[in-house]
Amino acid sequence: MKSQEPRSSSSCAACKFMKRRCTPHCLFAPYFLADEPKKFAKVHKVFGASNVTKILNEVPEPQRQDAVNSLVFEAEERLKDPVYGCIGAIASLQDKMFQLQHDLAVARARLARCSSKTSYVASCSNTSPLLMLDGEFGLASFDDFVVDQYGLTNEFRQHPFP
Amino acid sequence: MTSTRCAACKYFRRRCRPDCIFAPYFPADNPQRFACVHKIYGASNIGKMLEELPVELRVDAMESLYYEAKCRIQDPVYGCAGIVSLLHQELHSAQSQLAKVQAEIAFLDATNVALAKPTSSADASLVQENGIDQGLDDQFNMWFY
Repeated sequence: MKSQEPRSSSSCAACKFMKRRCTPHCLFAPYFLADEPKKFAKVHKVFGASNVTKILNEVPEPQRQDAVNSLVFEAEERLKDPVYGCIGAIASLQDKMFQLQHDLAVARARLARCSSKTSYVASCSNTSPLLMLDGEFGLASFDDFVVDQYGLTNEFRQHPFP
Repeated sequence: MTSTRCAACKYFRRRCRPDCIFAPYFPADNPQRFACVHKIYGASNIGKMLEELPVELRVDAMESLYYEAKCRIQDPVYGCAGIVSLLHQELHSAQSQLAKVQAEIAFLDATNVALAKPTSSADASLVQENGIDQGLDDQFNMWFY
């Protein structure tokens, strides 16, 4: 009868992938669980097991989970886009940021114009400004809204936008 | 040995063949570039990636790999993913700011509309003063104008 060597019944995904025995001190075991085989496969394809080992050994243990997560993310991006990988994702986000900053600048300029218009319209109106603050319009309930004796003054012109 | 070895073949101290796959992307005058990508990805993985790509896309691929490798060397924990995460946070913040400004614009637009039209309460007080029946909300009842 062939003697059976003692084997770990819970090899991590890395050791299963590489068809080797998973030791109790396996570097990969805490981060590549047996029920997530694809995670290691992706990282192995892009970085290789020995490079992942070197990277994890350079990182303090408390930060290794984050390191593995970021490696998995980069590997996934590289597999999705073999030419640009993560850089493609960064470029796309930067484009969105640029567009958003432009939209924000336009909106702020419009807000400044609206604020000026509000002051002008209020000053031209013959109706008592107090009657403008009718609950029917719900204007008085808005924060930082101030009425001066000349009409409606909108504090948002000076409101510091976060 | 050829005197014009690419950075990869110099690194491995081997002969650089005329059809060396690394030669176009890792010139001899920039040894640090190859060392950087080899440290993170390994020469064999880089070679496989190059072989899987059309020739016209290989330059961009090697540039992006080099950039990612540099990021990983500078930040071994997060690498490039840290930059992606930061950009997501900044995007979220900018979106919140934009939403707030748009809400303020909407409020001011409503204010301007309110200022532009006569108030019903002002008219109501005039009507009461003159003892006229309430008909302000009746759009067909224009006699009080």
